[in-house]
Amino acid sequence: MIQVQNLTHRYGDRVALANVAFEVKKGEIFGLLGPNGGGKSTLFRILSTMMVPTEGRAVIGGHDVERDPAAVRRQVGVVFQSQSLDKALTVEENLRAQGHLHGLSGAELRDRMARAMDRLGLEDRRKDLVETLSGGLRRRVEIAKALLHRPQVLLMDEASTGLDPAARRDLSRHVETLRTDDGVTILLTTHILEEADRCDRLVLLHQGKIVTAGSPRELRSGIGGDVVVLESADAASLAAGIEQRFGVRPTVMDGRVRVEIPNGHRFIAEAVEAFPGAIESVGLHKPTLEDVFVHETGASIE
Amino acid sequence: MSSFFLPAVTLWERELVRFWRQKSRVMGVVASPLVFWLVIGYGSNDLARFYSGALVLTVMFSAIFSTISIIEDRREGFLLSMLVSPAPRTSLVLGKILGSATLAWIQGLIFLVFAPLAGVRIGLLELFPVAGAIFLISFTLTGLGFVIAWRMDSTAGFHGIMNLLLVPMWMVSGSLFPMATAHGWVRAIMWVNPLTYSVALMNHTLHLPNAAPGAFESLVVTAAFGLVLLLVSGAMAAQKASRSGA
Repeated sequence: MIQVQNLTHRYGDRVALANVAFEVKKGEIFGLLGPNGGGKSTLFRILSTMMVPTEGRAVIGGHDVERDPAAVRRQVGVVFQSQSLDKALTVEENLRAQGHLHGLSGAELRDRMARAMDRLGLEDRRKDLVETLSGGLRRRVEIAKALLHRPQVLLMDEASTGLDPAARRDLSRHVETLRTDDGVTILLTTHILEEADRCDRLVLLHQGKIVTAGSPRELRSGIGGDVVVLESADAASLAAGIEQRFGVRPTVMDGRVRVEIPNGHRFIAEAVEAFPGAIESVGLHKPTLEDVFVHETGASIE
Repeated sequence: MSSFFLPAVTLWERELVRFWRQKSRVMGVVASPLVFWLVIGYGSNDLARFYSGALVLTVMFSAIFSTISIIEDRREGFLLSMLVSPAPRTSLVLGKILGSATLAWIQGLIFLVFAPLAGVRIGLLELFPVAGAIFLISFTLTGLGFVIAWRMDSTAGFHGIMNLLLVPMWMVSGSLFPMATAHGWVRAIMWVNPLTYSVALMNHTLHLPNAAPGAFESLVVTAAFGLVLLLVSGAMAAQKASRSGA
């Protein structure tokens, strides 16, 4: 559904995207995960036809975003990170205006508006001014708006930014139904791990490059065993000691020593024994996408 | 055809609905030219002489405030979804400019309420050319605002241009002193200043004195300036997506 080939983008001398390539299949929920400034927004702007890439190409539903943006725009619904609703208008008025922009009118438009509002649970708020709605509801209106012309692809840029966890889960549920019931292909950018975890497949972007790609489970299983995080007053020397004794390569971040190791519980017992007093706190967890990111880049997503 | 006009009409309607819901904006736009006019008019004991200028200033403020919204609308707002919709850009430009021009026009018409203070009596039949002239000026100044705003990254930049370009342009438009009495180089600037013809057009339709350019000349120049700005706006907006993503 979406093919990205050797995409490179520069702002003057600064390289925002370097030779990025991936493919999204029909009906997939596909995530772009990475820290802010990693290239997600640039990629999103190119895919949503707001910007032309310096090199390479992107094709959505068989249409090149650079050569035939009008055809792409008919097939794609876009949910922006920043608000794209008119706050002085009601939910219904926003949707109607959007329909008109897509050349929809009359009974057909009314029917689609009713369906979009039904789909996102907005019927009872249809007459409300957008400025009176909560952040979560506004997001739902944004999605209803993006779906009005029945796009085959939905592009979402940091759609859950600023939402509380409950609203975020609610949003994910709506996105999931769109995929299962309507077969919409969804590409989303995020820096939130739990959101990335719900994608079918992901690419991790760092400094404009894809550092790794795969399903969340594949990515996590690439890290053997457990992740142990040790807090210490002198993290550097603790890390050196661990490296010497256990033959692993720990990373040091923000005064913490991070170790990827099979059978973490056994390691903890030995480490606490071996470095009495040097360890202030101990944590053990199964690898998360954050760990994958740290593993690949040595940097944190947050 | 409907895919061209429908988006334009929608945008026009949106401007009106927003305006209606924020009625306090009317006061903001009309109040300062009104105070300005009353002070300078009573001070110089000649309200009639400054009336057209004050009316044009009202229209100019309204046009500027409407078009300034483009800057923020594009970063965060309704313009974002317009830009990724298949609606023709020229249709969006037309809708936005007509909508903003209509608001400027309404506020210009409101300013007509004070015309009797300047000794101007407007009969029902005279209202048509007067209203027509105000609309033409509204359209032209909105076009000017659009051309400036479209490329701007920040509203701060727009305020700079307003202070450095638009307000001085208004000052040397015959609104404060007539072209005939102006010093040599100022007169030359007035002669090429499109706003001079807007102010003169108002003076002519309101039968006020000091109209330096002739009636026909004023009409043609104002209309031509408006048309050029509309075409430039359309061309600017129709440009392909840029590489910098502006």
